[in-house]
Amino acid sequence: MDPLRQPPSPCSSRPSSPRTPSCEMLGYVGIEAVLDQLKIKAMKMGFEFNIMVVGQSGLGKSTMVNTLFKSKMWKSTLPGLGVPTPKTLQLQSVTHVIEEKGVKLKLTVTDTPGFGDQINNDKCWDPILGYINEQYERYLQEEILITRQRHIPDTRVHCCVYFVPPTGHCSLRPLDIEFLQRLCQTVNVVPVIARADSLTIEEREAFRRRIQHNLRTHCIEVYPQKCFDEDINDRILNSKIRERIPFAVVGADREHLVNGRCVLGRKTKWGIIEVENMAHCEFPLLRDLLIRTHLQDLKDITHNVHYENYRVFRLNKSHVLPRGPGWVNLAPGPAPSPASPQATPRTMKVCRWTQDNSDDEY
Amino acid sequence: MASEVARHLLFQSHMAAKTAGMPSQLPDSEQNQKKDNTRSLTMSGHVGFESLPDQLVNRSIQQGFCFNILCVGETGIGKSTLIDTLFNTNFEDHESSHFYPHVRLKAQTYELQESNVHLKLTIVNTVGFGDQINKEESYQPIVDYIDAQFEAYLQEELKIKRSLFNYHDSRIHVCLYFISPTGHSLKTLDLLTMKSLDSKVNIIPVIAKADAISKTELQKFKIKLMSELVSNGVQIYQFPTDDETIAKINASMNGHLPFAVVGSMDEVKVGNKMVKARQYPWGIVQVENENHCDFVKLREMLLCTNMEDLRDQTHTRHYELYRRCKLEELGFTDVGPEHEPLSLQETYEAKRHEFYGERQRKEEEMKQTFVQRVKEKEAMLKEAERELQAKFEHLKRVHQEERIKLEEKRRLLEEEIIAFSKKKATSEIHQNQSFMVPGSSLRKDKDRKKEPGYRFELLCFDVRACETSDGRTDTEEGRGAPRPRGGLGSVWRRSQGL
Repeated sequence: MDPLRQPPSPCSSRPSSPRTPSCEMLGYVGIEAVLDQLKIKAMKMGFEFNIMVVGQSGLGKSTMVNTLFKSKMWKSTLPGLGVPTPKTLQLQSVTHVIEEKGVKLKLTVTDTPGFGDQINNDKCWDPILGYINEQYERYLQEEILITRQRHIPDTRVHCCVYFVPPTGHCSLRPLDIEFLQRLCQTVNVVPVIARADSLTIEEREAFRRRIQHNLRTHCIEVYPQKCFDEDINDRILNSKIRERIPFAVVGADREHLVNGRCVLGRKTKWGIIEVENMAHCEFPLLRDLLIRTHLQDLKDITHNVHYENYRVFRLNKSHVLPRGPGWVNLAPGPAPSPASPQATPRTMKVCRWTQDNSDDEY
Repeated sequence: MASEVARHLLFQSHMAAKTAGMPSQLPDSEQNQKKDNTRSLTMSGHVGFESLPDQLVNRSIQQGFCFNILCVGETGIGKSTLIDTLFNTNFEDHESSHFYPHVRLKAQTYELQESNVHLKLTIVNTVGFGDQINKEESYQPIVDYIDAQFEAYLQEELKIKRSLFNYHDSRIHVCLYFISPTGHSLKTLDLLTMKSLDSKVNIIPVIAKADAISKTELQKFKIKLMSELVSNGVQIYQFPTDDETIAKINASMNGHLPFAVVGSMDEVKVGNKMVKARQYPWGIVQVENENHCDFVKLREMLLCTNMEDLRDQTHTRHYELYRRCKLEELGFTDVGPEHEPLSLQETYEAKRHEFYGERQRKEEEMKQTFVQRVKEKEAMLKEAERELQAKFEHLKRVHQEERIKLEEKRRLLEEEIIAFSKKKATSEIHQNQSFMVPGSSLRKDKDRKKEPGYRFELLCFDVRACETSDGRTDTEEGRGAPRPRGGLGSVWRRSQGL
């Protein structure tokens, strides 16, 4: 991997500079106790996680969320006869605080009913992108205040789970490709094959290969992104995951009795599909990825890469973006500046300005 | 060693207590408590996010830790020795002299590793503190240094393209202030320095070289010091007491401030093992013996229990305060004149416009000055040129005049020569004529007869250039004696006796 082509990695291992000599300690000092201190602090503060599920209606998004967090986040909507499909895409967010073994997690789930349901789905990704950018904007506004809060509430979307309908033999639809292309640059996307119980194992594999091929052809980088792999261990771990993306998942929130055990599953006439059985579906992989192993990583990449990208874009283009609702119109200056402000020369100057100005202060 | 194990056990038991009351299987019931739009949910199974703290810790291990200590104290009070003892290493350092004219700060960074924790430790020492005769400027360099570190971080944070996650944080996390063991009270310098530093950094005062004070004096000294600090409004770092695990121990430690420490890397045999100690004729002061000094307490508090809190305080309290002051100084506010929220962005824009206007003006000015200077230079050069020209002309004229004079002289000379040769010719003719007359020439004949042979006659001097004298010479000579053309020469004719 060419280091020059890599974007800055979010959690880089410390660069060992030649100027810092490493010293041998002659005995136990107790520095490693800092890890315990970190744990205590983290448990006190609690964790936050924001997840967004995107997909057409009826693919089992709400059920999947319920299964992931083993609780009734949403009421899974049965297709009602009299319920009209929403005309525009509306995003709905719900926040819960769940606790396990002393660890508090503030979980926010954003659903997108109405995605891809219309006849003309042109620009159906705009509300979603708008929502994601709005969260970034909110965080940015908090960050650049003079008197900041001690802990800025994090509402940025850390992960977007994209549900691909299980057509089986086709490649990704144009809608999917368009959406994924746009979204992968703004947020971490994990595509899953929804309702995978309608596919046989072989069909699943073929479909998966197809999708992987499509993603590669269109240069769509889904999570875990190859360019953010830190070291050899990460790479090995993530390659295994990348092999299996997109996961074929089945969601269920009802429990049934199988062989004397109570398991979550879907009961059909020909058998019970156990959600947590690796032979039946790949739900455990998804759950492990999202919650047990890579949650912190998702948050880190969102904070260090996607948010920073948004910030750079925002601060560079601030004078051409349409003003938001709270914007105060700047009064024209007393003497009209002879050179009309141009986009490119200005952008480079801002950071230099802050440095120059502070130099003046000194 | 035992204390560390005890601490681990304490932590584990605390965790166990928390999990004891957690049922693993619950029926599907939710408890809807609407608090700030969030509900608490009880899960019906094991989800697995209790590994979150571990994920966080793993990430921190990968990133490495960074800790910066500032040691302020007079020269020779034992700062370097204490740091060596604290971290159980021999950091290289020379003894400083007492004769520095100003206080300087010397920073050194080391990489330490313990099990899987990498720590980038920076020790900043004040060199020459308290040595000068006039100590008024002593604490200013320290304050400036701390501010400079904050400034560097602020600059990085305000950049457009920034990389905060691999920024080497050089902000000072803790300041160990060394008080000399006089036994009486704080020195004025100490008080002033601490007062100027307390809002910028976490200060932990320590009594250095505590083996110079007896136990009873120490108690009184501590009480005196603390009351002086409190009465002067100096805010030293208080160990945090909000978390139950460490609240008790922190609270008791708060009562032992300032710590009376002894530092030593020398090993002395006590009983049947080697311990770090200082050996005196009247006894051995053991560094790690809690009865002898508070060194163990300091190490406990500083490294094992509160390192993270120190870093947190630096970032959320001291740095934020600095940032707020700095940005307000630069003219940014959160609230506009009509008390509507003004965003940093807008002030940024306004400043930017202003700055550009200013810059345009300056550019114009500079351009004009430049043009002015160029003109002046041109004028100067022209002037010089003219002068040179005049000189040249003058010289030329002088040269011309001289030449004319010389020409004149030459002409005169030539005329003289002509005149002279004419005279000579006429005198010769006269002479020849006089020879025809017998009488007068007898003597000459006799002379001549006496001297038979030849006589060389000077015919003429040729001083003239050939071209001017061609015609005349021939007519003069008449007899066609060969005359050498060109050059100076005298022509002699060999004449037979006449």
